[in-house]
Amino acid sequence: MSDKNPEYDFKWCPGCGDFGVRRALEQAVEKRTIELEEPIEQNVVVAGIGCSGNMVHLLEGPQPYGIHGLHGRTLPIALGVKMARPDLNVVIAAGDGDFLSIGMEHIAPQAQRNLNVCAVVMDNAVYGLTKGQGSPTASLGMVTPSTPYGKPEVSLNALRLYLAIGASYVASGISSKIKDLASLIYEGMEHPGFSIVHVQSPCTYFHNTYEQLKGNPRKGIAPLAWTIDDDHDPSDIHAAHEVVDKGGVPLGILYRDDAPVPFEDRMTEMFTRAKPRTAQELIESYAI
Amino acid sequence: MEKTDFVVRFAGEGGQGFLSVAVGFASANTQAGYHAQTFATFPSQITGGPTWMQVRISTKPILTRGDSLDVLVAFNEHSYETHVDEVREGGVVLYDSDSMNMDDDGRSLGIAFDKLGKSTGNARAANMVMMGALAELMKMPLDVLADFVRRRWANTARYGPKIVPQNIEALALGKQAAAESGFSLGKLAPPEAPGYKQIFTNGNSALALGAVHAGLNFYAGYPISPATTILVWMEENLVGDGKFVYQVSSEIEAINAIVGAGYGGAKAMTATAGPGFSLMSEGLGLAWMAEIPCVVVDVQRGGPATGLPTKTEQSDFFAAMHPAHGDVSLPIIAPGTVEECFYAAVAAFNWAERYQGPVILLSEHALSEREQNFRMPDLDSVHVENRVVYDGGNGYLRYEASEMSPMPLPGSPGSYVANASEHDPMGDTTHLPDRHVQMTERRFSKLSLLEDGSYESQNIDAPIAIMPWGGSKGPGFEAYRQLIAGEMDVAWYFTMYLNPLPPPLLNELRGKDLVLVPELNFQGQFSSYLRSKGVRAESITQYTGLPFKVADLVERVSERIAAYRKEGVPA
Repeated sequence: MSDKNPEYDFKWCPGCGDFGVRRALEQAVEKRTIELEEPIEQNVVVAGIGCSGNMVHLLEGPQPYGIHGLHGRTLPIALGVKMARPDLNVVIAAGDGDFLSIGMEHIAPQAQRNLNVCAVVMDNAVYGLTKGQGSPTASLGMVTPSTPYGKPEVSLNALRLYLAIGASYVASGISSKIKDLASLIYEGMEHPGFSIVHVQSPCTYFHNTYEQLKGNPRKGIAPLAWTIDDDHDPSDIHAAHEVVDKGGVPLGILYRDDAPVPFEDRMTEMFTRAKPRTAQELIESYAI
Repeated sequence: MEKTDFVVRFAGEGGQGFLSVAVGFASANTQAGYHAQTFATFPSQITGGPTWMQVRISTKPILTRGDSLDVLVAFNEHSYETHVDEVREGGVVLYDSDSMNMDDDGRSLGIAFDKLGKSTGNARAANMVMMGALAELMKMPLDVLADFVRRRWANTARYGPKIVPQNIEALALGKQAAAESGFSLGKLAPPEAPGYKQIFTNGNSALALGAVHAGLNFYAGYPISPATTILVWMEENLVGDGKFVYQVSSEIEAINAIVGAGYGGAKAMTATAGPGFSLMSEGLGLAWMAEIPCVVVDVQRGGPATGLPTKTEQSDFFAAMHPAHGDVSLPIIAPGTVEECFYAAVAAFNWAERYQGPVILLSEHALSEREQNFRMPDLDSVHVENRVVYDGGNGYLRYEASEMSPMPLPGSPGSYVANASEHDPMGDTTHLPDRHVQMTERRFSKLSLLEDGSYESQNIDAPIAIMPWGGSKGPGFEAYRQLIAGEMDVAWYFTMYLNPLPPPLLNELRGKDLVLVPELNFQGQFSSYLRSKGVRAESITQYTGLPFKVADLVERVSERIAAYRKEGVPA
């Protein structure tokens, strides 16, 4: 959305984590345009449906291209954009419900392909726009409008999932640490392969987890979030799993494949064994 | 009098290798200058199960597979029993006397295909013996088949020198065996070879060729009968710089990927069949809403749900018209012949690029596998359109105009949001009633850009018309010709542009007392659509999983017209 658009009336609630994610995304894209001396229009933001999906309309400053598509389908759309136009930088903005529930089927295939896009997943454990139902990352027993007597499933460990399916860059951030998050997103965009930046982006209205994430010494609440040690080797997948084993919400880069081959390069390599023919040549091949 | 037409059916178990014989037999005849068309039907399994393939050879262009058989080649007793009733009077049944014992019924000819084939030293020459026998029955010079054999193995330096003489010997043995039997079906008239170049292929390949000519550069597909061969064709041929072809993980991924690709500037396509098409519903709505060009091929099979994966039907018309929820009306192009599959694919891309949205290319199983000869398309004369691209600066109001507006390409100024939600001119989400009215009307108004479709018509003064759609064109037109020959006063119409219909055609149809629509579905889907457009239309339906037979159509149309004239009102 450029400048002011009086017709667009969607607003995030005060204190929503998505404000911080927006700023971090803006900073990361801005850094990229400066470093690569590329126009902002070289970037495409593919958004899902939900509070987080409005990211694509709420970005401030110079406007990238955007798609505000279907619930759960950010990754297939991004597959199309990226493979039709490998020159573009494709960033996904999705929520935990969009990405990990209805869109779950699309995550593993991108990891297998190493689709060269960066997915920013805003996790607040609830479906905010539909007023607070629990998502896959909501914890066992959590009471929400759709689980009035407690959520009957355990929560999904998203970071473990990403590592297990072979995503080639897995990072974890929190919306309140904007500068760190911008760095994680920038690194994810620069990584030549399937990158996921999973962000704790609390919903202040339905499920405010700031206190649990940051801790509160006065109430004796230990912080869930902790910063990954500097000596962690992100190229070591076992070490990445060990980071997840420690529990809580680790912040930083868990895993980064140090020899990634992006999907577009694999396709180019496949094509070296093919013999391209023109339409005329193809038709002639059926001549009687 | 010489025969101008010859129909042979090969029936047996899947995996016996006769499907390639049938195609080879058809191909060989086209090389000799005849016209040929195949028709196959088989169960949904890898190998085995009752399978048959029919080949029709003619001195004239062929519209249908042929109602009755001159020759049935039966590979087992079950096949004989299943198909023998379709052999015409005076026809012949060929069977392998090594594996079947038949009573002498005066019309069956047993030949030891396998034994004779092996006697040439080639363990796999039985099919050649069979082809030689067929050639004798229709008094076809053996050179036609010998030439085919030479060409077929011309490029196999390792086996060719050995196999070619063996196969030619096998042909001669088959011919001799048939000649000794005394059976004959009359002489097939010499071919009237057309004076232009031809190709021999099936509907799915023709469609793929058309798409490539139209500029297709992005294909995403998921295996599903009977559309799989398009995916396989693309994987082999849509290669090189700037091309992308890929087997994705589902039809949901396929539709969303081509929408993303179309947004990025590609000419993108996917091909599927009923179940996959159902899964694409929401994505098609996105393409319509966000105004993104793409082509979706639905090769119809029997439905609903998993339905009849390997049988033909024309029951996805309603689904193609309104695949998605909300106010949506998707353009539909449905080819009627293998040849039209090529031109329909080009037209589908031209429409998609012109109105900036999804176009449904509605083919069907019977066309997809039918091998046929037709005039080689002259690519220089087949017009290809490209979308109007925005070339201004930033701050563009992508959806401002009341109809089609230039489309920006990512990487260039003009950034906007392609939005599945209702949106304002920038593409930002809106809920204003006036805006929803304006944008809904904008989307529908673009359909008027597509009202340039052509159509066929004959004997247009008749008050009653016959107008099939899609692959029922062949039997429909042959029935029309027989009705006219029988002095039935009936008009003929056909178009592959089903939505929007060409307005002049619609006007003509509205002037008819009755428009009869042969179509392969229970509900009479297309006539229902015509009625909604003010045409007095009714269907002649069939839902067996097989195409119409001409004789059935002639009878049913005649009966309906007779009843109409008697009653003066629709029955």
